Amino acid sequence: MRIACPNCGERDRREFYYLGDAVALDRPAAGAPPEAWHGYLHLRDNPCGVTRDLWYHEQGCAAWLVLTRDTATHEVLEVALAAARGAAR
Amino acid sequence: MVELAAKTPLAGLVPVTLGGVTLIEADLGRLTSVAPYCGQDRALAAALRAAHGIAAPGPGRVAGQIGARIAGQGEAAAIWFGHRLFLLAGPAPDETLAAHAALADQGDGWACARLEGRGAAQVLARLTPLDLRPGVFRRGQTARTDLRHMAASITRLGDEDFLILVFRAFARTLVHDLRQTMQGVAARGGG
Repeated sequence: MRIACPNCGERDRREFYYLGDAVALDRPAAGAPPEAWHGYLHLRDNPCGVTRDLWYHEQGCAAWLVLTRDTATHEVLEVALAAARGAAR
Repeated sequence: MVELAAKTPLAGLVPVTLGGVTLIEADLGRLTSVAPYCGQDRALAAALRAAHGIAAPGPGRVAGQIGARIAGQGEAAAIWFGHRLFLLAGPAPDETLAAHAALADQGDGWACARLEGRGAAQVLARLTPLDLRPGVFRRGQTARTDLRHMAASITRLGDEDFLILVFRAFARTLVHDLRQTMQGVAARGGG
C-alpha cells in the first residue's frame, strides 16, 4: 500500500501511522445532546468498501492526512491534509 | 575552571571510506527550526529574504547554496523539514523572523552526515523506502523519511552525493548502519 502525501508525494505505508475514522474531525458543539457525543466517541462503522480515516505521516512530514480508501480493494481514492479543513493555512 | 572542548555529533566516527563511497560530517552551522504562524507565510518569506537573502523552501525543496553552506562558507541555507516547517542553517536567525514564525534553536540536536561517491545512492536505497531514482528525487530536493527506522532528513546534493540528518542520539547507529551497508555494496562491486 502506498499513500500519496500532499507534501511528500507517494510514500511507502511504513512511514504512516493509522489513527482511525475521520469522524474524529467532526467534534460536536459543547452543548450537543448526549447522542451526538455518544456517536462521536463510540460509534464506528466497519464498511466493506469506501471509508474515510485519519493517518499521520509520522516518519515523514508529520502532517495529519484524511484518506478516502476502499477496504475491499485497498485502493486509495483521495488524500487530503487534515489542516486544509481548518482556517486558511 | 576546566576548559571543555565541544565535540561534534560524528566526532571520532567518521570519515569512513569503503569501496567508492565516503561518509563524512557536514558542518551546517547553527540550525534553527522555523515554523510559520497561521497566515504568516508571505510575511515570513519576505522577512527571510530581507534578512538572509534566501527564499522560504516549499515542500521537498532547499533554498540557498546548500553546497557552499556545507563547505563552511558561512552562507545561509534552508531545508524543508516537514509540514509547515523548515530548518535555517548557518547564521543565527534574524530577530525580525520571530514575529512571523516560531523559532527553535536546534543546538547540537542533529547529526549531519554527507554520503558521497560512486554507489552512494545504492547504499541509501538499501536503507530507506524513498524513491531515489534521479528522475524522481532530483538534485536540490529534500525529503523527510525513514532510514532504517530512524526519522531522517535526506537531501540530494548531486547524483551520488547526499546530506543526511538524524537525531544526534542516533549518530553512532547511523554510522554503524551506513558502514555496514557500504561494506555490502562494496562487496558486490556496487556503484
